[in-house]
Amino acid sequence: MDYKNKIRGFFSRFFRTNDLKDGDDIFAQGFVNSLFAMQLVGWLEKEFEIAIKDEDLDIKNFNSIDAIAGLIGRKTGSVVEV
Amino acid sequence: MKIELSPKQKQSQLEFKFFAKEHVAPHAAAHDNEQQISSNMVHTIAEQGYLAPFLPEAWGSRDMDMVTYGLLHEEIGKACSSVRSLLTVHDMATLSIYKWGSDRQRETWLPKLATGEVIGALALSEPNAGSDVNGIETSGEPCGDGYVLHGQKKWITFGQIAGIFVVLAKSEGKPTAFLVERNRPGFSITPIRDMFGTRGSMLALLSFNECRIPGENLIARRGFGASSVALTALGLGRYSVACGSVGIAQACLEACMEYTTKRRRFGSALRDHQLIQQLITDMITETAAARLLCCQAGYYKDQKDPKEITQTFIAKYYASRAAMRAAVNAVQIHGANGCSSDYPVERYLRDAKIMEIIEGSTQIQQITISKLGFQEFEQSRLEEQNLKAAAACV
Repeated sequence: MDYKNKIRGFFSRFFRTNDLKDGDDIFAQGFVNSLFAMQLVGWLEKEFEIAIKDEDLDIKNFNSIDAIAGLIGRKTGSVVEV
Repeated sequence: MKIELSPKQKQSQLEFKFFAKEHVAPHAAAHDNEQQISSNMVHTIAEQGYLAPFLPEAWGSRDMDMVTYGLLHEEIGKACSSVRSLLTVHDMATLSIYKWGSDRQRETWLPKLATGEVIGALALSEPNAGSDVNGIETSGEPCGDGYVLHGQKKWITFGQIAGIFVVLAKSEGKPTAFLVERNRPGFSITPIRDMFGTRGSMLALLSFNECRIPGENLIARRGFGASSVALTALGLGRYSVACGSVGIAQACLEACMEYTTKRRRFGSALRDHQLIQQLITDMITETAAARLLCCQAGYYKDQKDPKEITQTFIAKYYASRAAMRAAVNAVQIHGANGCSSDYPVERYLRDAKIMEIIEGSTQIQQITISKLGFQEFEQSRLEEQNLKAAAACV
């Protein structure tokens, strides 16, 4: 759950998250541009001490708070409730 | 807060200064005149471990931190912008492979790139597309178990000698990065000459005419060529150009100090004239400010702080313009001599102009920095609202 709050906190730097649900597709809602994507990758690597590699580059890993939390969980070996 | 290089960084800075002064600067005018770097320059640079020095030691590299990397690019940029261009483009290609390449791509190319056995280049710009990555026309369409490339890439730095190219193309409409070896059938390289500045950068026009590459040459996933590969590479390139611009500004300053000390007018050295002092003061101040912005960007890069993206834009924007102002004033101070190739300042001016164009023009930086600034503004407003709401609940 902490992952999700942190992700939401990061998102709130870029767009309003009050109405954003954990499963909402941020790509479909038009929140994402390439610069945001880079900042997100950089932030994930620093915040969670993980390395995002080419095999992680799948929209499904980044398109919602749930998806990103799941990716962090897999990279860190922890369980994330979705 | 402590704004000071570590003892190790200071030691590295001294090493870079001596190296650049002894091995690079003496060749700068020839690089400019002959429109190519000297034949053993790659070897000399590689021997020092200055090619992609940020790679971990496991790849035969120096595991250099980004602040130190910036110092290196400042010193090389001060000595010769064309050689700094070599480091920039080679490192951009190398970082793309290191960060987003497959294990096999890393194992194949990184040892060769780290030692200079192969030079890497980034192929992004096209005859009809530059900063607009989405406007690229080169295609890399699936064909069997590989891809077929069609199109042209223009202004490709060190394209004349690179052995491996990171090429951005559209694959079924999605921005996608590919690795293309120099000897691929259907791939031809035409030198571009007579550029205005950084004339030793050995630019090339790349043409892909039914150039078939295997599927394993894809870097990252399809659709991530722009948002991952290109942006990662450009982030490093922008930082390198920013630091190289500081080098140009510093070179202008030192040339002017030497010139105004020796040159006498109206009974006293030029340096004693107040209008000259004003120009020198601006150079000193703006060079120092640009250097600090670069150090800050390097620091954020080392911290893996997402702020590094904004800071690098700011550093590049400011440093490239500071270099241009310094070069314009350096030529002015040198008078007719400044317009002659007998003095290096005319080369600095031509090189500085290029800094305002490459890795995102000044105008692109302005658009982006403003956008990022508003983003931070919105964030601080939101935080303020949250604080107020929290206080109201207490």
